[in-house]
This record gives sequence, C-alpha cells and structure tokens, in this order.
Amino acid sequence: MIAALRAVLARDVTLAFRVGGGGGIGVVFFLAVVTIVPFAVGPDLPLIARIGPAVLWIGALLASLLGLDRIFAADHEDGSLDLLLITPIPLEAIAAAKGVAHWITTGLPLVVAAPLLGLLLGLEPQALAAATATLLVGTPALTFLGLIGAALGVAMPRGGLLVAVLILPLTIPILIFGVAATTAAVTDPLPFGTPFKLIAALSLASFVLGPIAAAAALRQLRD
Amino acid sequence: MRLVAEDLACVRGGRSLFAGLGFAVHAGEALIVTGPNGAGKSSLLRLLAGLLPPAAGRIALEDGDPERSVGTAAHFVGHLDALKGALTVAENLGFARALLGAGGMEIEAALAALGLERLAEFSARMLSAGQRRRLALARLLISPRPLWLLDEPATALDADGQETLARLMAQHLSGGGLAVIATHAALKIERVVEIRLGVGGIA
Repeated sequence: MIAALRAVLARDVTLAFRVGGGGGIGVVFFLAVVTIVPFAVGPDLPLIARIGPAVLWIGALLASLLGLDRIFAADHEDGSLDLLLITPIPLEAIAAAKGVAHWITTGLPLVVAAPLLGLLLGLEPQALAAATATLLVGTPALTFLGLIGAALGVAMPRGGLLVAVLILPLTIPILIFGVAATTAAVTDPLPFGTPFKLIAALSLASFVLGPIAAAAALRQLRD
Repeated sequence: MRLVAEDLACVRGGRSLFAGLGFAVHAGEALIVTGPNGAGKSSLLRLLAGLLPPAAGRIALEDGDPERSVGTAAHFVGHLDALKGALTVAENLGFARALLGAGGMEIEAALAALGLERLAEFSARMLSAGQRRRLALARLLISPRPLWLLDEPATALDADGQETLARLMAQHLSGGGLAVIATHAALKIERVVEIRLGVGGIA
C-alpha cells in the first residue's frame, strides 16, 4: 500500500514538472500580486512594510487556488480515476497522496519564493522569517482544504473558478492566524507562538479531514 | 471461482437501464455482453468493477478471498485508456503495476506481448488510438487478477491486435480466469456465455 501511494505521489509530481502550469505559474502569479500592491498603495515604504505580511499571505492564498481544480479532474477525464478506484487502497489515502504531491509542486514553491518577494515589500528580516515560517506551516492547510473543492468540481468541465470560490471562505481562519503570527513576530507585546500553533493545528486537522471529505465527494460524483 | 450477479438493476440519470439481471460466470468462462447502443453494457461493467453503485441487487466473487471486493480482483479496461500523455509508455505501465500490484509479467515482456517494445521510451501522447488501446491492454498482463472487465476491447485494434487479444484471452481463461466483455465485434473465444441487453430491459 505504501509503495502504491508513493507511486501516486511520484507520478503526480512528475506530471506537474513535465506538463508545467503548476508551481511555476503559481509563483509567477504570486509575484504579480505582490508587485502590483506598491502601484496601488503608492510609494509609502513604511506602510508597505507594515501591510507586507498580509500582502504575502493574500498572494500565496490566491496563488494556491490556481490549479486546484485539476487535482482530480485530469484523472477523471482520462480514466485514471477508475484505475485508482479498483486498487485495494482506500480512496482517502489516495486523495491524501495526491494532496501531498500538489503541495510539493505548488505550495512549496510559494514558501520558497516568499522571502524574495518579502524583500520587494521591504520587510525586516524578522518579518521575512516569520512570514516564511507561517506559510510553510499554513500552505498545507490551503492545499488539503482545496482537495475538497477539487473533488466537488471533478465532474465540471470548467470548474476552476467555482472551486476557488468554494474554497476561499474556508481558508479565512488560516489567513487570519497567518497574518496575526507574522505581525506578532515584529511587534513586541503580542506572542508569535499562539497563532502559529493554531495554524499548525488547522493544517493537521485539514490533513485529516480534507482527504476524507474529498473521498466522500468523489464517491458521490463518480457517476 | 465464480462471479455471480443477482437481480441487478441500474439507473442512470433517472432512466432505468436494466433490472432483474442475473448471471453466473464460472472459472474459465467469458461472458459476452451485447446489445444496442445505450442498452447499459458499459454501465454493467462499471457496476461489476464497483465504479457505480447498483440500484438493486448483489454482485459477488465466490470462492475468492472474502476480504477482497470484486473491483480489487478485477482489471477494468474501459473506453478511456487511463494513460498519461506526459509519461512514457513504460512509465505508464510501471505506474499501473505499482497501483494494481506486481506478480505478473515484467514491463518489457508485457510491452513485447502487445507489440509495443520499440515504443517503451516514447511519450504516450505520441501513440495512435490502436497503440493506446494496446498499452491499456498490457495492464492485464503485469498484474495477475482473476476477473477481466473489458469494454469494447477491440476498438481501434488492427487485425494483428485483435488476434493478440484473442490469444491473451484464451490464455487467461485456460488458466482459470474469468472475463466479462462488452462488445459488438465477434471475438474468437471459446466457452462463451452471452447476455443481450435491450433498451429498457433484457431482450
């Protein structure tokens, strides 16, 4: 079972790199969101630095919604989903493996890009480190919540935007705690640990609940 | 081993395709499902594979491993070839083996059996429809499973491919395997049971 799950993960990562449009596009989109903010806000560096963590988080959140709809839809369209369903492996485990692969190819590049993009916003080193740490812990939650939307959108030919709209409200708590932890790291009286632990908890909970809900949705919509 | 279906009913999109369908397929036998377009042949195969829930009835593989569902004892080759164009021919088959379980032929041997040995390193996107079908059928050989569920397996196959398919099928059946095949084309197989689905019920 472990070998089969590893094969699912390796295949999805390989496909993402060969087909393109996954992580690379996400990072470019992230860059685009971050660079347009100074144009909108104006040349006020202290202000930009203050809202910088929020901008990074919004950029990463929006970028992570791109490509979510393809997680299951691509396999549904070419019949691979049928192949995944006649294995003895629970669908929940397969969904989790596909989620991990999606995070490696789209979430992780965003985390890696975050410190560089933070420099563009004039963040202090401490805020850079905090933003990157919260994104590292928080982006898995975005991916695994996204799995639910991806499964719900599986039978829709143009489900991309719908999946993003469905998932966005669910990600608000992660956004709140992510930005709160980053802000707390630079302003003294507030503790960094509490919101950071809450994001970690949200990530762990969504790692469990996301695949279960996604598998349930796939079973319903498999028709 | 015996594949038994009792009182099966299938409803798709509010329309009843068939009801009260029952049959038994014994080891070494092939069940050929025929019928006009839209009679429910593909749906019956998906039902047997566990990819669709039946509206009523029971499907069981008797004398097999009771822990194993019918779907996990079956190979399913449907209309879609379940291939990834971005992977090579050998990678596609390797993935299927990791997923369905090894124990059958090696990748090279399975490709050679379907006449694809020269294409192993080509990307699957470059394959013709007949070659894609051959690659999908190669899955049958890499992982031994007692029940083959084939939906129009001869589609796009040339004369040589159809002969290969008939030979592989004969080997599978003589080894005690079972098969359920939905087809319009006449397949050269012995020991065949046939059911004919009509629109709205059994003809």
